[in-house]
Amino acid sequence: MLNVAHYHVAYGQSEVLHGLDFTVAPGEITAIMGRNGMGKTTLMKSLMGIVPTSDGAAAVDGIDITSMKSYDRVANGIAYVPQGRMIFPTMTVQENIETGLSISGRSKVPDDIYELFPVLLDMKGRRGGNLSGGQQQQLAIARALATNPKVLLLDEPTEGIQPSIIREMARVLRRIRDEKDLSIVVSEQVLSFALDVADRVLVLENGRLVHDEPRASVDEEKVAAFLSV
Amino acid sequence: MFADYTWTELGSIFAMQGFAGLILFSVFVLMALGLAIIFGQMGVINMAHGEFMILGAYVTYLCSNLVEAYAPSLFGVYFFFAMALAFLAAGALGALVEWSLIRHLYKRPLDTLLATWGLSLILQQAYRSIFGAREVGVSLPNWLLGSVPLTDIIEIPINGIFVMVLTFVIAIGVYFILFRSRMGMQTRAVVQNRVMAGAVGINTEKVDRHTFALGCGIAGIAGSAFTMIGSTGPTAGQLYIVDTFLIVVFGGAASLIGTIASSFAISQAQSTMEFFLSGSMAKVLTLLTVVGILMLRPEGLFSLKIRR
Ligand SMILES: Nc1ncnc2c1ncn2[C@@H]1O[C@H](COP(=O)(O)OP(=O)(O)OP(=O)(O)O)[C@@H](O)[C@H]1O
Ligand SMILES: [Mg+2]
Repeated sequence: MLNVAHYHVAYGQSEVLHGLDFTVAPGEITAIMGRNGMGKTTLMKSLMGIVPTSDGAAAVDGIDITSMKSYDRVANGIAYVPQGRMIFPTMTVQENIETGLSISGRSKVPDDIYELFPVLLDMKGRRGGNLSGGQQQQLAIARALATNPKVLLLDEPTEGIQPSIIREMARVLRRIRDEKDLSIVVSEQVLSFALDVADRVLVLENGRLVHDEPRASVDEEKVAAFLSV
Repeated sequence: MFADYTWTELGSIFAMQGFAGLILFSVFVLMALGLAIIFGQMGVINMAHGEFMILGAYVTYLCSNLVEAYAPSLFGVYFFFAMALAFLAAGALGALVEWSLIRHLYKRPLDTLLATWGLSLILQQAYRSIFGAREVGVSLPNWLLGSVPLTDIIEIPINGIFVMVLTFVIAIGVYFILFRSRMGMQTRAVVQNRVMAGAVGINTEKVDRHTFALGCGIAGIAGSAFTMIGSTGPTAGQLYIVDTFLIVVFGGAASLIGTIASSFAISQAQSTMEFFLSGSMAKVLTLLTVVGILMLRPEGLFSLKIRR
């Protein structure tokens, strides 16, 4: 569903990603693990067209998106939940979700989104900026789902969220995958969450993929070694 | 300075100047709305905003002449067509300017300032070449002339009332566009986080073009209204642009209500003081007060209370 090949990304002269190759199958949840500064956010941003790709290609469902503008990428089925959530703070919860409907042209938030996140229904008239961190995270996911994606990118969704909610989030993500039948790419530093949620675990180290295993055969200690400093 | 007048005289002076101030207020509101939308949305300070207003004024002037010459029977209602045309003309020019000039400069605020300033000079010269350096006025249909007497001394001009009703309708229209329509929602999303707006599927370039065109179009309507209270010349827009900037900053660029409140405060203060003091003295006092208030409230009169 998502095909990334020979993928290089640089900020000016300094290259951060040095040629990544990976594929995400339809309905698969892939976790990309890596310590701070290894390039997870850079990968997500460049897949969304926020940071330009210097070489290589990315395709969603067979359509090359490498040189598209962000909004065209969204129209082609890729959605993004950024690190730090980045919801629209002065807009209401409902309006935040509605921004995701721009592509489809629908005007009403689909019920199944509120079913996934009942909290948001209760708070739909509140300003997004006044929600707690965990609620904002749910809002950011809801907004991304409103675009009706084929591939959902989540950048460190567990950052700053308490352990019990992290487990809940893993459950919600699997539920989303099952109900909507989409592929999910999630970047993570928390190993337990990644093992909870993912079907496959990649490890990103200094801009290169150094490990790629299906969940079933993941060697926990080896991955943990990559994550410790 | 009040000592030379009796109480009734003072009352009437305040009422008449207050009303004159209300017409000024209307033009300010329309100008400031456009400017605030463009500045708030794209961070572009449009130095040519006054010239967009004057374009609207010239369009109204042309309409008035053409209708008078070729379709005198329609003269009573020409003003409504003129306003719509002024909006379309200024909006179309705005879209063209955004597409050809502004969009290449979004990341360079100082350059946009210079570019739009240059544009304002170009437009002024264009007006001078096309319409001549002399100021022109429009003739108003009869029903807009005359005034309603309130008391023996106080009279309220009908065109003033018309301009205010018009402004009110447009302000409400803008409110609906910004807060109740899809375009408005997308605009606000782009204002708050351009990158993220693109990443949820909003076509940010289209939103920019529409917003710029809308802001300029409203300036065009302001120009239409302006023809009723002043005469139109190539550089008339310059007189209004500084005050309009002042209003936008004073009201808080993010707030529609703030823009309206500050237009009201500034136009009333100026109009009332102008009667007793010289015009420039009135301006100095207004400026000083605004600077004082901005020192206390740097974000302007109205700002939203949310966590960021
Ligand atoms: N705008 C930028 N300009 C230049 N270098 C950058 C920029 N953003 C990130 N980098 C560099 O790119 C590298 C990868 O950063 P990135 O944000 O992708 O890491 P990350 O894996 O997401 O880290 P974290 O876990 O802390 O979020 C870092 O060395 C960082 O300093
Ligand atoms: Mg990151």
